[in-house]
Amino acid sequence: MESTKYVVIFILILTATVAVSLTGLREATKAQSATNEDIFNKRAILTAVQDYLPNGQKVADLSDEQVLELFAEMEQPVVDMEGNIIEGVKAESIDMAKERKKPEAERRLPVYVYEQDGQKFYILSVRGNGLWDEIWGSVALKSDLNTIAGATFDHKGETPGLGAEIKDNPSFAAQFEGKEIYEADGDYVSIKVRKGGARDPKHEVDGISGATVTADGVSEMLYRGLQYYQPYIDKVKQESFLLN
Amino acid sequence: MAETAVKEKESVFQFGKKERKLLTDPLNDNNPITVQVLGICSALAVTSLVYPSLVMAIAVIFVTAFSSLFTSLLRNYIPKSVRMIVQLVIIASLVTVVELTLKYLNYPVYKQLSVYIGLIITNCIVMGRLEAFSMANKPWRSFLDGVGNGLGYGVILVAVGVVRELFGKGSLFAGSPIELKIIGPTADYLVNTTDSMLFGWYANNNLMVLPASAMFIIGIMIWIQRSYNTKLVDVS
Repeated sequence: MESTKYVVIFILILTATVAVSLTGLREATKAQSATNEDIFNKRAILTAVQDYLPNGQKVADLSDEQVLELFAEMEQPVVDMEGNIIEGVKAESIDMAKERKKPEAERRLPVYVYEQDGQKFYILSVRGNGLWDEIWGSVALKSDLNTIAGATFDHKGETPGLGAEIKDNPSFAAQFEGKEIYEADGDYVSIKVRKGGARDPKHEVDGISGATVTADGVSEMLYRGLQYYQPYIDKVKQESFLLN
Repeated sequence: MAETAVKEKESVFQFGKKERKLLTDPLNDNNPITVQVLGICSALAVTSLVYPSLVMAIAVIFVTAFSSLFTSLLRNYIPKSVRMIVQLVIIASLVTVVELTLKYLNYPVYKQLSVYIGLIITNCIVMGRLEAFSMANKPWRSFLDGVGNGLGYGVILVAVGVVRELFGKGSLFAGSPIELKIIGPTADYLVNTTDSMLFGWYANNNLMVLPASAMFIIGIMIWIQRSYNTKLVDVS
């Protein structure tokens, strides 16, 4: 049996070596890893306007540089819950997970204004609860701020093959294209994921068999998430009305 | 005296019958998954697609190989009373290396595997080999034993992944640069029903996507293996 002193010294040397080498590796890879994460998140946002990318490309076709370039060109306002633009903050610096923990009145909302061929798209971020954990997504509205140009969803821990289909099956998100978040008379209705199949062609999409709770989560997330943007949407509409 | 010294020098990186057995044994007769039934947790969880299974397999091979090597190098210095903790420190730091490297090289796959990379630490195969082999064997052999066991695990993982992805999604290597769509309707089938692949009538089997199917597949694999390798059959 070794002496206690030997054991203590052995462990100290071992852990010190491990700690120093791992810290070294972490520092060396930190910058690139952060860029990777940033590009990963930006690609997710761009998926919402997948059909309107330059030269008809898909998000997967874009190089990392192109993704960063597209974001550099975008107008990225951050708005508060009253729809006022907060100066000095860019949308890409907003962490939706952190915003969601704040009381509703203090939340900040990111908006990405994407322009292609003279058309404006407003990409809005939403976040809510699925069955097991958080779900989130981006919804791109056309310049009328009513029609959806595209949507994309992701999740933290939904069941593969069931709830995870909101991300894995592109046909789920594709259903949102062309849906409208307002009634013809201007009432806000959002988009509902309907179990058993959409009944209202303008405001509903088909649910996923076996994933009712996740689908309801998506409906709830869209309803609330887009509602937060209402003051901002009203202001943008008013401005463009005055300009015309 | 001089002769034995030369012999020992040769034996450091020797690759003879025994060494080959260290590599091939875990592939069949002593497979960590189908014979020892270790590492089942991650085998059920990450095998729904081939590409993540492949990355996971490589990560585990790396961890088993190098943790065996380092443990074996330190085996005469490791205090017996804290040997498990020392082994865990070695495994955990190698897993962290894997995690940081993956984050650096391929962020989307890192996202996909997320918690399961961290769970390599608790993979019984790794610690089992350290306790059973590396603590009592020379570095080179321990390294080969680690590679062999990692391979034995990886082969099953990828095989299960192929079956699950092919019948669950109709594709192979989804998410990688060489994504192949093989059977069944394409992803935008709901939008455009005329667009389909070979065997377009095939409806994806959702059971295959769920972790439970991996257990059935591994069970069938054990059955097949035992039907031709009668050594493994428990006679009692």
